[in-house]
Amino acid sequence: MQFTFFHLMPYRPLDMTERAKHNSAWVTLPNGLYDPKKGADEYDSYINQLVYAEKLGFDVIAVNEHHQTAYGIMPAPNLIAANLIARTTTAKIAIIGRALPLVNNPVNIAEEFAMLDNLSRGRIITGFVRGIGNEYHSTGINPHWSHERYQEAHDLIVQAWTKPGPTSFDGEHFNVRYVNIWPRPYQSPHPQIWIPSMGSSETVKWAAAPERKYPFLVTFSSRELVGRYLNVYRDQAKQYGYEASPDQLGWASPVYVADTDERARKEAKEGIETLFNDFLAVPFQMLLPPGYMSLASMKNTMRMRKALGAQKRLTMEELAETGVVVVGSPKTVRDQLAKLRDETRAGKLITMLQFGTLSDELTKRNMEMFASEVMPHLKS
Amino acid sequence: MPGTETKHKVREVNVRMLRGGSGPPLLFLHGANGLPVWLPVFDLLSKQFEVFVPEHPSFGLSDNPPWMRNIGDLAMYYLDFLDAFGPHEVHVVGQSLGGWAAAEAAVRNCSRIKTLSLLGPAGIRIKGMPSGDNFIWGPEEGIRNLYHNQAIPDQLLAVPPTDDQADILLTNRYATAKFGWDPRWYNPSLERWLHRITVPTLVMWGKQDKLFPSAYAARWGERIPDSRVEIVPECGHVTAVEKPEITAKEIIRLYAGTR
Repeated sequence: MQFTFFHLMPYRPLDMTERAKHNSAWVTLPNGLYDPKKGADEYDSYINQLVYAEKLGFDVIAVNEHHQTAYGIMPAPNLIAANLIARTTTAKIAIIGRALPLVNNPVNIAEEFAMLDNLSRGRIITGFVRGIGNEYHSTGINPHWSHERYQEAHDLIVQAWTKPGPTSFDGEHFNVRYVNIWPRPYQSPHPQIWIPSMGSSETVKWAAAPERKYPFLVTFSSRELVGRYLNVYRDQAKQYGYEASPDQLGWASPVYVADTDERARKEAKEGIETLFNDFLAVPFQMLLPPGYMSLASMKNTMRMRKALGAQKRLTMEELAETGVVVVGSPKTVRDQLAKLRDETRAGKLITMLQFGTLSDELTKRNMEMFASEVMPHLKS
Repeated sequence: MPGTETKHKVREVNVRMLRGGSGPPLLFLHGANGLPVWLPVFDLLSKQFEVFVPEHPSFGLSDNPPWMRNIGDLAMYYLDFLDAFGPHEVHVVGQSLGGWAAAEAAVRNCSRIKTLSLLGPAGIRIKGMPSGDNFIWGPEEGIRNLYHNQAIPDQLLAVPPTDDQADILLTNRYATAKFGWDPRWYNPSLERWLHRITVPTLVMWGKQDKLFPSAYAARWGERIPDSRVEIVPECGHVTAVEKPEITAKEIIRLYAGTR
């Protein structure tokens, strides 16, 4: 298995009493609640954790992009990646991902990734995402065209990376007369593209296509859904006439390890519950603006929501029960991860070992224990 | 007398349409919430007019042609629709998004239009006077904010939609985002060309409109030469629903002035 240490960089000093007066940590949460001195300390801590992950033997260290939210203070993840390049030597550095539809000139994304790839001499992995629905509110980009913009931006970026320039690009949303980036990517034909996803069938079909074979990562999902979506990918690959390799399949999950199950649950509880309830949860109209999902998928989602009724605060116990998070002793964590790996034949695990308000101290202990007690057993 | 639901086809595009009454033709263009039921205001208007209420392409059960991508496309569609009528024959009424489409059509070509009534239209922007953000309003908030008299939303919210109705509402929301998300509820060029609307025009606005501030009414009035502005007191965004008598009376008065 390939192991990734992934960071969201949540703003932990958030005043949760103030937060509770607003409907989410996104879009309209007043940024007066951000204290730059505390924020600067957060960046220090988090970058140190990412650098430390290389020393502990993680194959990949990873960051991602979110806008105008306490959920993650990384609106420009490439800036963090540039910093990580200077402070690490062997680990791959993944930016999973950049939200393609949210920009008005995707050539900039092609250029920045190419720069990072040169600066790191080929240690960059990229991720292409559409952003969370909330980010269509915070950027003003029309969610109705989210899928179209994503496809076009993808095509444009890959063209910029692979076709000898100058070329031109004619789209509905993006039109560029001269596509001719300097620098070109260091890796040939281009850095890997990973697709983190909540599992939409359209995305699976597209990512698995033989001309792409993009690694597909299921995020924030129960073990049942991880299994189901990765199977959809594998079936899709078969329909395309090939067998999906373990490298093409992965999932992302918060993980917490301590010497006993009881201790792990006690220590992880606040971090897990703040992640899912205080940082991530948003009202439906923010999360799923019109067009973000296909109309057909959205109709189903609405019916499911109607059946589910009002949303309650999620508990760590429930999340651990369904396998959205993995919390426990080294044996518990090993067994759960190995089981899902064996069931899905997935070769990538994206770990979130810092989550929500989890402190530096507990994060460090969690990372060390995961690296010494879990990772070696799953690597082979 | 309630109108009847029919199908209407213009150049390969099929739409649902309500139709009722007799007299000169009146085309009512609905707002973002989609094709309404046969409203009391239609009853009042159908005593004077033959009322046509098409469901815009992209909304509800009407076709959603792939080329229908922006408000200009919708306006051109309605110019095609109006081609079936004689010169200066049709009284066009547009509510909110429908008012925007009507204005976009009228600046392009008024030759089929007899009068134009714009009820709280979207379409222009006054800097420093933003529209309400109906896309971030919650489901209940989104209905309540449209009305001044809260008895109306009380009634609307009392009965949850069926699955079929919920699907239509969702389709309408998708169509609304397509036309109105960005730029939010306006076309930067429209205001400059409003002088090209050369037919008698009524601009009506609910004084307590929370979606588009009623101060917008004056700007529309200034830009359209032969226009009259009516601000309706104790009324929110949807004058046709909240104040059907006043709405119908003013539209009929506009018509009377042309005879």
